[in-house]
Amino acid sequence: MSDTDQIENGSKNLDGIATVELKNIALQLDSGQVLDQVTISYRTFGQLNEAKSNAILICHALTLDQHVAGDNPTNGKPGWWSSIVGPGLPIDTDKFFVICQNVIGGCAGSTGPTSMKPDGSGVYGIDFPVITIADMVRAQNLLLDHLEIPDLFCVLGGSMGGMQTLQWAAAHSERVFCAIPIATSARHSSQNIAFHEVGRQAVLADPEFHAGAYQQHGARPRKGLAVARMAAHITYLSETALQRKFGRNLQDRDAVTYGFEADFQIESYLRHQGMTFVERFDANSYLYITRAMDYFDIAADHGGNLAAAFQGTSTRFCVMSFTSDWLFPTSESIALVRALNAAGANVSFVEIESDKGHDAFLLDEPEMFATLDGFLRAAARDRGLS
Amino acid sequence: MIDPKAGADGNLGNKRIDLELIADMVESGSRVLDIGCGRGELLDLLVNRRQADGRGLELSQAGVNACVARGLSVVQGNADTDLSYYPDNGFDTVILSQTLQATQKPREVLREMARIGPQLIVSIPNFGHWRVRAHLALRGRMPETKALASSWYETANIHLCTLLDFTDLCAELDLKVAQCITLTNGRAHQSTKAPGSWQNLTAEQAVFVLQRS
Repeated sequence: MSDTDQIENGSKNLDGIATVELKNIALQLDSGQVLDQVTISYRTFGQLNEAKSNAILICHALTLDQHVAGDNPTNGKPGWWSSIVGPGLPIDTDKFFVICQNVIGGCAGSTGPTSMKPDGSGVYGIDFPVITIADMVRAQNLLLDHLEIPDLFCVLGGSMGGMQTLQWAAAHSERVFCAIPIATSARHSSQNIAFHEVGRQAVLADPEFHAGAYQQHGARPRKGLAVARMAAHITYLSETALQRKFGRNLQDRDAVTYGFEADFQIESYLRHQGMTFVERFDANSYLYITRAMDYFDIAADHGGNLAAAFQGTSTRFCVMSFTSDWLFPTSESIALVRALNAAGANVSFVEIESDKGHDAFLLDEPEMFATLDGFLRAAARDRGLS
Repeated sequence: MIDPKAGADGNLGNKRIDLELIADMVESGSRVLDIGCGRGELLDLLVNRRQADGRGLELSQAGVNACVARGLSVVQGNADTDLSYYPDNGFDTVILSQTLQATQKPREVLREMARIGPQLIVSIPNFGHWRVRAHLALRGRMPETKALASSWYETANIHLCTLLDFTDLCAELDLKVAQCITLTNGRAHQSTKAPGSWQNLTAEQAVFVLQRS
C-alpha cells in the first residue's frame, strides 16, 4: 500500500500508513557497505501545501516507530506523541504536513535485520550491515526525494530522534528551515555507550540468540532482550520518579519472602517492562540501533570541532533538555548550544524543570508544549506559513 | 539583573523607560545580542519594531522559557561565563540592560561585549545619585531607592558604580561614549558627551552607547 499516489493527485486525506519500496536505489552506508532495495515504512498526517513548504519530519527514538500520532495498528494504542501531534496541538496537523519514518535497521516495516535479503536467501539477521545515524538520515532524504518534497519546514525529535535532527542540520542544512533537538547530544557519551554495551551483552549471552540467526532456529532471545530493556529502562527515569512511584513498596505481599521473587514493586514493574518489550521489538534491531547511537559523534566528522559542523548554517534551532535527565543531561545541550553560538547560528535553548528523567520528552510537560508552540509559531510566521 | 523588589519585570513605575530608549537607538535590521534579556520585553521591541535579527542570553530559566514561548531566540546562560562562546563581531550591537552591576566581573563582561560587536548599549543605575549619597551620608545606612530597591543582604547588585566610575572604566577599555542618556524622575536628557559631575549627582540611571575606538 502506498499513499504517494494520493499526494500526486492532490487528495486531502494523507493520514496514512505507507510503505515505499525503493527497488532501484542503493543506499551507500558509512561502513562502506551498500544496502540494496531499501524499504521505507512511514506515516503522514495533515496535508502538504501547494508550495510544499509545510512539511515536518519527526524522528523517533531508539525503540519507537512511525506511529507518532493516531492509533498504532499493531497494538491499538495511541501514537507515542499523540499529545503533541494532531489538530490544534503544538505540531498542528491542520497546518503542517507531518512525516514520521521507521528508521532503517528498525523492526516496524523499514529495512532492517528482520527483512528478507534482496537475493531471497533468507532474512538478514546478523548479516545486516552496521548502520549509523547518518545512514538513517540518508534514508529519510531518499523518502523526501520520493515524496518530491524539496525541503523541510522543521525536523525534530527526542533522544535518538534528536541525534537524527542534529545530523539533518549538520549534513543537509539547506533542506532544514528549523530544527528542534530534544533531550539529546551531539555525541553519545562514554556512560551511555557503557549502558548500551550491558544491554547488548545480555542479548548476546542468551542461548536463544543463536549467533543472531534465531529466526532461522525458530527461537528468540527473550530473556537477554528483556534484561537489556530492564537496564535501559532505569536510565530513562530518575531516582525521584522511581522513589515517588514505587518507593520500597512490596508487590502483592505484606512481607519480604527471603528469596529472589519480585518482592518489590519496582522489580515487578521492570520485569513487566522487559517482558512486554520483547513482544514488540527485535533483538538484532536492538543491537544495530544501539550501535548506531554509540557511533554518533558529529564533531568527529569535523576535526573534533562541533561548531565547524554548523558553520554558516541558516537553520534555526530550539534545543531542549530536562533537569532530571541524567542520560542526556543539560550539560550536553549546553555544549551543543555553545557550539551553535560559536557558529553564528540562530539558537534558542530551554531547560525544562521536570523530575521525570529522560522519558520526560514523551510525557505531558506543559513547558515543553509551550516552547514547541512558541518556537514553531514564530518560525512558521517567518516562513510565511501562517 | 533586575532588582527583585522593583516589580516582576523590573518596572520603574509602569514601564522600563530605558527599554524604549534603547530600542530607538538600534538601527533597523541590525544584528543584536541582548544580554540579560529577562522575559524578552526589549528583544520583542527590537525584533518587531526595529526588524532586528535579535538574540538573547538570560540567566533565569523562567525568563528564557517565556522568551522562547513568545517566539524569541534566547538561550539560558550567564554573562560572566558564556560570552566567550560567541564569535568575534557576530553582532552589530550588544546590549546589557541593568545587568552589569549584577555580574561577577563587569570589566571582563564589557571586554567580551566589545569583542562580539562594535557598538555597545549599556544601561546602569547611578550610585552617585544624590539620594543614594544622602542615604549613606545622613542615615548611615546602605541606600534603598526606587532604582535600587533591595536590602544589602539580598540584592543581586554586587558591583554598583557611579556614572563617572563607569566612564573611567570605558576609557580604560578604549570604549568611546558616543551617546549618553541620563534619566531623572522619568525624564530623559540626551547628550553626545560623557556625563559630568552634575549628571553624576542628578541622574538616577543612564543609558550609554559605546563604540570601540
